[in-house]
Order: sequence, then C-alpha cells, then structure tokens
Amino acid sequence: MSIRLENIAKHYGPRARALEPIDLEIGDGELIGLLGPSGSGKTTLLRIMAGLESPDRDPAARIRFGERDVTRVHVRDRRIGFVFQHYALFRHMSVFDNVAFGLTVLPRRERPSSGEIRARVHRLLEMVQLEQLATRYPAQLSGGQQQRVSLARALALRPEVLLLDEPFGALDAKVRQELRRWLRHLHDELGFTSVFVTHDQEEALELSDRVAVMSNGRIEQIDTPEALYRAPANRFVFEFLGDVNHLEGEVRQGVLTCGEARLAVDLPDGPAELLMRPHELALATAPSAEAHLPMTVTAVSPVGAEVRVELAADWLAEPWLATVRHADFEHLALARGKRLFALPRRWHRFDDRAARPAPRPSLATPG
Amino acid sequence: MSQRAARLALPFSGRTQRVLPGFGLSLGISLTFVSLVLLLPLTGLVGQLAGLSLGEYWAIVSEPRVVASYAITLGAAAVAALVNAAFGLLLAWVLVRYDFPGKRALDALMDLPFALPTAVAGITLATLYSSNGWMGRALAPLGLEVAYTWVGIALAMAFTSIPFVVRTVQPILEDLPHEIDEAAMTLGARDGVAFRRVILPHLWPALVTGTGLAFVRSLGEFGAVIFIAGNMPYETEITSLMIFVKLQEYDYVGASAIASVVLATSLALLLAINLWQGRFIRRLHGGS
Repeated sequence: MSIRLENIAKHYGPRARALEPIDLEIGDGELIGLLGPSGSGKTTLLRIMAGLESPDRDPAARIRFGERDVTRVHVRDRRIGFVFQHYALFRHMSVFDNVAFGLTVLPRRERPSSGEIRARVHRLLEMVQLEQLATRYPAQLSGGQQQRVSLARALALRPEVLLLDEPFGALDAKVRQELRRWLRHLHDELGFTSVFVTHDQEEALELSDRVAVMSNGRIEQIDTPEALYRAPANRFVFEFLGDVNHLEGEVRQGVLTCGEARLAVDLPDGPAELLMRPHELALATAPSAEAHLPMTVTAVSPVGAEVRVELAADWLAEPWLATVRHADFEHLALARGKRLFALPRRWHRFDDRAARPAPRPSLATPG
Repeated sequence: MSQRAARLALPFSGRTQRVLPGFGLSLGISLTFVSLVLLLPLTGLVGQLAGLSLGEYWAIVSEPRVVASYAITLGAAAVAALVNAAFGLLLAWVLVRYDFPGKRALDALMDLPFALPTAVAGITLATLYSSNGWMGRALAPLGLEVAYTWVGIALAMAFTSIPFVVRTVQPILEDLPHEIDEAAMTLGARDGVAFRRVILPHLWPALVTGTGLAFVRSLGEFGAVIFIAGNMPYETEITSLMIFVKLQEYDYVGASAIASVVLATSLALLLAINLWQGRFIRRLHGGS
C-alpha cells in the first residue's frame, strides 16, 4: 500500500518545532529508510505515520494509505505493524501469546477460531525461526530473538504497512547484520510497504530502496542509495553519509593555500572549503604538480578490505582519514610517524549560503 | 586445595573481599535490633498466654462480643482495602503517567497518612462526619450516616492505609515502558482490553501486595478508628478496641489472647502474599 504525506508538521509547544511541513510519497511495496542524527525528527515522522502522535492541526495536513485517508484515524484502526526499538514485548506472556495478541483482541466477529490462531501463530514463528521457543517468556530470550518475536507479532494481522523505529539499534553488530538481511527478505517475500528509522548510514544505504536523509525536522534529500552517495544535494547529506576530510584555505590565481599546503583548483579567488572522502585520497612519497599536501601518519588500521590511515599536519585543524589498498599499504611501507603526501583524486564543494546548494565535483587527477 | 580455592569455598568466612567490610558486625547489630524490637514483645505476648489452658483461651477469643468485633474489623478492613485498591491504583496512575501543575505536592501528600498521628486523623474525621459536622450535615438528608457506623470505620481505615497501595504500585508503573500500551494499540487493542490484558498483569503483584498490606494495617488500626466508630458493643467495636478494653480492666491475659488472634491473622496474610508474589515475579524475570 502506498503512503502519502502532505503538509505534515509537528510542534511541541510554540517554540519547539520537531517537523517542518513535510510532503512525502512512498510507493507500494517500497522499503524506505529515514536517516538522520538524533533530534532530526525521523522518529516523530514515523510515529505520525503510525498514528502514535498527531501532526499539527492544519486543514491541509493529510496522511493517506493508498486511497484511504487516515489523517484522523486512531492508531488501532490504521492497520499497521509497528516494531519498537526496545521490542516492547509483553513480559508476562509467552512468545506464543505475544504473537497471538493482535488476533485475540480482534472483535469476536472477525476473530479467527482458536485453532486457526494457533496455526497462524505457528506459521509466523516458523517464519522467524522461533517455533521451538513458543512457550518461553521474553525474559528468557536474547535481544535478537526478542526483536524477531516483536516482528512476528507486528506481522500477525497481515498489515500492508510495517513501521520500524530503530529496530536494530539495541542489538550488537553481528545480530544486526543478520536481522537486516532477514528483514529485507521478509519484505520482498510478503510485499508490504516498510518505513524504518535509523541513525546508522550504512544500515540505511544497505537496506533501503530509497533513503530520506533528515536534519532539523526537514527532509534534506530523498533518493536511492547510489544517487545519495554520488550526488548529495547538500553539504549535510554529504557529511552525514560517510567520513569527510576538510581542506579550508585561500584561493589565489587557481591555487588554494593553507599553511604550507597547496592545491591547484579551478575556483575564483577568495576563501574556499573543499571536502573529500577517504577513498578519494591517494598517498605518495612525493608531491605532484597540482598538489603539495605534506602529512604525517598518526594511526594505521589494517582491518577489513582496505587499510584506514589517519593523517595529521600542522596546517590541519582536524586529522584526515584515507583508505588505501593493502597493496599500496605494503608498497608505501606505511607506519606511524611516516611522512608523505596526499594527492586528492577528486573533491567536492558546497556553497552553504546558496539557496540551492549544488555539488561541484572536480577532477584534479594527480599524475 | 590451594589457598585461593579454599577462600572461594568459604564465602562466609569473612576472608573474601567485600566492597564494604563488617558483614559480621552489621549482621550482629541487625539481629540484636530485630530481637529487641520485634521478637521480644512477641515472646512477651506468647509468655502471657502460657498461663492459659486451651479451653480458657478459646473461651476468651470466642466470646460473642469479641467475635462480633472480628466480623466488623474484617469487614470494614476488606471494604477499605478494596476501595484503596481502586483509588490507590488510580492515584498511582495519575502520578506516574500525567504531568500537571501541583504533581509534586500531590505526590508528597500521599505520605500524609503515614506522617499524621492516627488519633489526629480520627478526631478530624469524627468531627467532619458527625451529625453536626460539615460532611455529616451534607450526607444526613441523603440518609447516609458515616460517623458511628461501620462505614465510618472503613473510612478511617482507608485513610490510614492508602499510601500502602500507592507506594507499592507507583514504582512498578514507573518501570513499565509507555511503549507497552502503544504496542497493544498498534495491534488493535481497545483501551479497556489493553489495560486489562497488558498493563494490569504487570501491576497485579504490586497491587495485590499493596492491598494486602493495607488490609493488614487496617486490621490493627486503633487511633484513627475509635473516635469515629462510636464503639457500640456488637455493632461498631473493633478488635483492637476489645484489646484496649481488656487492658483497662487489668485483664492482661485476656488482652494478649485477643492480640494473638490479630497477630496470627496478620502474619499468615503477610506470608501468603510474599509466597504468592515470589512465584509471580519469578516468571516475569525469566525463571522457569
């Protein structure tokens, strides 16, 4: 079922604005991630979709599920599934009773027979691979298992919309990875529309069809993960989606200087700030014609597919981070204290003051 | 066995490292205190009874006037406890779940019945509800008599024991995340169903404990009750008054005999509540 929000805003009191008026369209069967730092309004937006919170009274405010206008519909009648960060399981009920809850509170006319409830709950528990634990109590389960129970419970009424509030936030990294894959699988198999909230960019980018990046109660950009990463709409999105190295200096006649650092750039004279991703930096033992950025290695972490190298210099306020291939790592004999030169392959610039900030990627290919 | 293993094998030897030292000393002081303040008077009570034969004991505790007082005390205490269960739950709910001006003041007010001398409460209630008191005058045209009836007794008991319910339910309610009722609602539960099936089961042990404590407290209440009770034999005499009457007649043995009945009832109730609650709570915390 598609979800359409129009003019949804939220204030807590006259001064505290949680959401600016937001319009958002989510297609049928889409999996959308709401990504943002804490306090960006992502959870508020999700809870408004669920009906757990109401948007500001505005005649133009609309929430539509498919053709159904649910703006004034109570949460219990919206027919959504909701998954809470801390599971919110009913601790005095067994796993089975937790999952069956939604079915057992249906009005008598719509309620399936107890035999059918049993069959449906067992199917759900099978789906989340917990059928052996049906008689256990939540306190006897691990965090990952509890979250799976809570998912099964949310899916028991076959909702067409599933909303998840930081569903993996309280779990450790490995379980999180596993549950993520598994949620994607369930989503594709059952075909519901999902919206989930996260502050983890990796999670959002990996799991979602589209990601809405939020800050200060505003959706900064909503796009596919590739588009977000390749063409961020503004500086906030760029900085939030990964590690960023900053280079601030004065441009004179096509050369940016900052202390003893120099970089050839195609920019008008004046102050400028350039941003670079760690993988957009190359390291070399000698400067190139375009770039003279002397640095000292302060830390090396060879874990994973690439080696992460932390670099510092007197002319830098904050250390830089570069990722290099293991082959280059060996070739350059990188170690703490080694002095070398950074060669940017590519850099980005966002004009903060401009009304519509646009990325200005440029290629400054070193030799 | 190595020295280390020996130390581990003797957890109470006093040689293990504790954050705070002095287990032996503190336990000793605690036991002494318990003995002096709790056990010694109880022993005295039982000692008083030693002179009685079983037949004599039975004659004292089954005297018709005393038996009537049991019925009045138990009945009024039960009504008071049930009323407190309902209103105490409501008060705890309001104090935990809502924010309103004066919340802190109301919270502090909850302890007033503990702080106020019970006789003061009794005199105040009796003045208010007597036939020429404010409330008494207002209720008289409706045919409701509170002072000098069992209703008055129950009222005084409810007044002195309400904090037991509020203060046992309140912390449990504070621990209950708001998300629990939200989860029930997203699953389509009506308010009443959500309360009955999701919230009440969590509060149940605390509510029963609080109500039980309030009941036990009411059984022994004296000061607050006697002023409003009217103390008419067979009608509005409570058991603690019977004890007092016996004492005034210098019948210490008779007083002890009746007191022992109250004591035994209270102890049995407290024990039952504790056992029941322990079983319930084990389940919530994952014991099998």
